[in-house]
Amino acid sequence: MSPNGNLIRELVEKHGRSRTSLMPILQGVVERQNYIADYDLTDIAKELDLSAAQVYGTATFYSFLDTVPRGKYIIRVCKTITCDMHGKKTIVQTLENMLKIKVGETTQNKKFTLLETNCLGWCHKSPAMLINDEPYTELTPERIHDIIADFMNKS
Amino acid sequence: MAELVQRVDLIFGEYSDEKYKVLEETLSRSNEDIIKDLLNSGLKGRGGAGFPTAMKWKYAAEQPVKEKYVVCNADEGEPGTFKDREILSKVPRKVFSGMAICAKVIGAKKGFIYLRGEYRFMLPALQVELKEFHVYAKKLKLDFTIEIKMGSGAYICGEESALFESMEGKRGEPRNKPPYPTVSGYLSKPTVINNVETFVNVVVICRIGPVQYRKLGTQDSRGSKVFSVSGDTPKPGIYELELGMPLVRFVEEFGDGDTKAVQVGGASGFCVPMKKFKDTIIGFEGVPTGGSMMIFNSSRSMYNVLHNYLGFFEEESCGQCTPCRVGCQQLKKGIEAVKRGDKPVVYLDQLMKLSETMKITAKCGLGQSVANSFSSIVNNFKEEMIY
Repeated sequence: MSPNGNLIRELVEKHGRSRTSLMPILQGVVERQNYIADYDLTDIAKELDLSAAQVYGTATFYSFLDTVPRGKYIIRVCKTITCDMHGKKTIVQTLENMLKIKVGETTQNKKFTLLETNCLGWCHKSPAMLINDEPYTELTPERIHDIIADFMNKS
Repeated sequence: MAELVQRVDLIFGEYSDEKYKVLEETLSRSNEDIIKDLLNSGLKGRGGAGFPTAMKWKYAAEQPVKEKYVVCNADEGEPGTFKDREILSKVPRKVFSGMAICAKVIGAKKGFIYLRGEYRFMLPALQVELKEFHVYAKKLKLDFTIEIKMGSGAYICGEESALFESMEGKRGEPRNKPPYPTVSGYLSKPTVINNVETFVNVVVICRIGPVQYRKLGTQDSRGSKVFSVSGDTPKPGIYELELGMPLVRFVEEFGDGDTKAVQVGGASGFCVPMKKFKDTIIGFEGVPTGGSMMIFNSSRSMYNVLHNYLGFFEEESCGQCTPCRVGCQQLKKGIEAVKRGDKPVVYLDQLMKLSETMKITAKCGLGQSVANSFSSIVNNFKEEMIY
């Protein structure tokens, strides 16, 4: 049995075994452990009576359904035009310096992953980013320092 | 500063004193009456495409099938658009009421809100409101429930058929049309899918009547519209304004005095340069918009703007059809090569032809509309593409 059999079964019980449950199940796995491992994909396929390819196909289509290990806190900085115009580059640099990683990387302690993403819908309060589900807007390097310092103190 | 454009307060206007009063009153009316009112109101879909709402509902109502669905498209992903989040957080009851009225008219028992993954933080508050809605629906003897389905960060899922695919647990790849959703939508059943704002407009029309509603806007663009204003403006934000106004008035109100271009309708919309502000109408007879208004001043490089849009499309293309998958990449590589001087200026003409080909051959709105921003930026700001 794979290490996550219980989580998958719990999600399947909650959402059901039909194909329409696949997205909520995949989202549930990400919510719990930040990414979907290969063994999770095959487990879900077995439970839903789908081919592993179908589950893999759906999972890899969506940018928020990560299939590679991610940190506990996933930072997604918006790179679309308005945020880009209003200082996104400085925000990313500040984050890179503080976390000592580049965009696309995860810190060694598996706490933070830094990513860029497309329009988050906060153009009027740009630049913006998400940390997991929570939006942070009207960012400045000073605010980034405060926000990240807070997260560094969290477990 | 004097107000240059007329503010409207229908969408965000206060709720009636009694909860779900408009819904209760509307439920006692005949379906034909409601459709007639929508038709007379001139309401067109608020997601950007502008299909007459009354016709959509009528087609779905006419389907001799028992199982039908109502879907609210809250996958607001167009760059520069953020009004649906505001509507759903400020007046969710109006959205649910609009969906419930639709359910009554077409004969559906189940509705869904497809909310983009980026807005997951709204989920707890919406669930509380939904719980209350279901209590009222029961009181009104309305057999209709609403469920929220979450997206996971794919722009293409705002395309209606891709959205159904996603709800069905598949890759968000658009389907061939026809059949249209009113015949075969979610789970291949007749489905009405409308934008968040469209459902609220239905409630507004049911409350004030089509005659009053028609007084706002112009011949082809009735009613008010919620605009998302961003970019180089001293007052970015969300504004409910009358449809059909000349762009020049909009710029006088929202520009910073140095506006050189406005992107109307997001990355898939049109870029209007200063010299055309006077002759451009914001509405279905001019430049249509789902609400996105991005303002650029003279300090901005339009090459950078276009490059950003093309990077966006390149990533968000679902990859299913070749014109879009390869076209988006080649357009981006192409303008980079011209900028570097590796390709001659006339190469831009070839790229323009490519974007026209995408318009004709791409499977869905994403690939088809890349040409909108591409040609309107390249044509109007050619020197910025080269030097």
